[in-house]
Amino acid sequence: MNAFGVLSAVVRRDLLVALRRKSEVLTSLFFFVIVASLFPLGIGSEMDLLRKIAPGVLWVAALLAAMLSLNRLFANDHADGTLEQMALSPVPLGLLVSGKILAHWLVAGLPLVLIAPLLGLQYDLSPRALLVLVISLLLGTPLLSLIGAIGAALTLGVRGGGVLVSLLTLPLYIPALIFGAGAVEADISGLGAAGHLSLLAALLTLAVFFAPWATTAALKIALE
Amino acid sequence: MLTATDLACVRGDRRLFSGLGFTLEPGAWIYLTGENGSGKTSLLRILVGLSPAEAGEIRWQGSAIGRLGDEYRKAVTYLGHHNALKEELTARENLCTGAAMAGINLDAGRADALLGSVGLAGREELPARFLSQGQKRRVALARLLWSESPLWILDEPFVALDVAAVAWLAATLAGHLAAGGMAILTSHQEVLIEGSTMQTLRLAA
Amino acid sequence: MSVITWKYASPQYFYPLAGKMIPWFSLLAVIFGAAGLWLGFFVAPTDAQQGEGYRIIFIHVGASWMSMFLYLVMAFWAGIGLSFNTRLSSMMATALAPTGAMFAFLSLWTGALWGKPMWGTWWVWDARLTSELILFFLYLGFIALQAAIDEPRRADKAGAILALVGVVNVPIIYFSVKWWNTLHQGASVSLTQAPSMAKTMLLGMLMMALCFWMYSVAVALMRVRAIMLERERHSEWVANLREVQP
Repeated sequence: MNAFGVLSAVVRRDLLVALRRKSEVLTSLFFFVIVASLFPLGIGSEMDLLRKIAPGVLWVAALLAAMLSLNRLFANDHADGTLEQMALSPVPLGLLVSGKILAHWLVAGLPLVLIAPLLGLQYDLSPRALLVLVISLLLGTPLLSLIGAIGAALTLGVRGGGVLVSLLTLPLYIPALIFGAGAVEADISGLGAAGHLSLLAALLTLAVFFAPWATTAALKIALE
Repeated sequence: MLTATDLACVRGDRRLFSGLGFTLEPGAWIYLTGENGSGKTSLLRILVGLSPAEAGEIRWQGSAIGRLGDEYRKAVTYLGHHNALKEELTARENLCTGAAMAGINLDAGRADALLGSVGLAGREELPARFLSQGQKRRVALARLLWSESPLWILDEPFVALDVAAVAWLAATLAGHLAAGGMAILTSHQEVLIEGSTMQTLRLAA
Repeated sequence: MSVITWKYASPQYFYPLAGKMIPWFSLLAVIFGAAGLWLGFFVAPTDAQQGEGYRIIFIHVGASWMSMFLYLVMAFWAGIGLSFNTRLSSMMATALAPTGAMFAFLSLWTGALWGKPMWGTWWVWDARLTSELILFFLYLGFIALQAAIDEPRRADKAGAILALVGVVNVPIIYFSVKWWNTLHQGASVSLTQAPSMAKTMLLGMLMMALCFWMYSVAVALMRVRAIMLERERHSEWVANLREVQP
């Protein structure tokens, strides 16, 4: 079986499990929608203000929603012994881990990207800004999954892991937040989003190479 | 051939064992016994390379297992306390994805045949959460049937199995050993594997 | 030479050595601290624009430098501990973290105290302060992660990975925060215009930074000695120590 076959088998397996456990999948999506809808209620419905805070609010909400699902990225596989089998497989653990991260993004990240334009409409964003928002989330949410995987692996089976994972990953999420929300802001203020988006893409490239490796090392330590 | 020399294991403040050594030749198996908490599972996890030993060395065909890496992982099949089954997936899906993650291509037909031989014919499409403990263990043990590893390391493989399944597992082990395989297993019940060389390794609590 | 180095890489030999080094580093910290405070409070003249309030930078700048430097040192030791499986280096990383966090906190606090007369507000989202805040969070994450893991070996290794991931991210975070807010203060060291005054101030800051450095070494050594005793309490060399005899 070649590397791609293994990768797609892992992704298919995780998607299948997620689809049969729908409630967990929908939790982060609902969270995103509700948090984003609560802000106008707390701040007021003045359109100028909403348009101004939209990029930040939507990005922070997406970031928190993505973090909400981090705990179960490895916890179930750890509890039922699958993670042990992965670590003992002759297939490199990094490949299996990459598959799991990809599946996590498809389940927890991609739905946020797809629903974001609807939420953007609530904030009266222009079609152009909506497009930039979608692109920034498309580049940014995989980054959140990749960085989050490191935190999830480090806190695997640790006391109070749920709170700890946010303490570990939130500081590391800051660049993604700055460039992601910044892209939309720059587009609204007419500065052009290209710079922010290319930096976001650069970070994503870096994380694609670095994060699975760090996650693998952390998982091996957790299994000892 | 698997050789362990002078192994030691510490958990927390407790020294579970030290100075442990053995040699396992093809066709032979080790019956690992000891009271609860004597370090049987810890020893098995050290032997498969999941945990590092406090001291000592493990060699497979003469080379240290840490250096062999993937080659050693290919040579070992490990079955732990947990069955590594996903409750949401059917028995067949569990078997196929388990094999895929070990880099082995197992099609549905072959998986059904294997499930049939562990006595689960007709339950291929049942999600694992509807299987009994014994049936789950059987699905987990079906892994041994597609495994091409010479060394089987099994932690309590007989737990939850009924008489027929125990006999099936003993026969499977006998076949594996007769073909030049090796096995290390823990069990709280007497195990009889016909026509094989057995070493008993007792861990003192 | 290498024999000696290797010998002291073992807690058993490092413990008494550290005990002998602590008084010297403490003394150096006191000397540098006294010199720095004297320069800062009595020699350096009052700033034309900022008045007396600016004198807090003698502590603020040194604390900021130290908090960043200690994170690098901590990640270095953690990385060494992870790659070579040396117990002492991992203990060193654990021992440095609280001191680093303290300096990050001190830097934030003095920054706020300085900000009030300077900018009229306790907190400004200036790039440097924001980065310092994030660095403080990184320290907290490291300490919390290690505290949550019972098995010392696992705590060492998990902390090491986090510290290394942090080190890779610190420049990215700093750059992104700077990008986010380009309206920040010029470098603190070149605050004043008069070159003669700058020289005294620079010297004062340098003395304070050296004081913090020596203090960090002394405190980290004390803490690492405590960690050694705790982790190796069942070993023979700890049982034979004079200070643990009943």
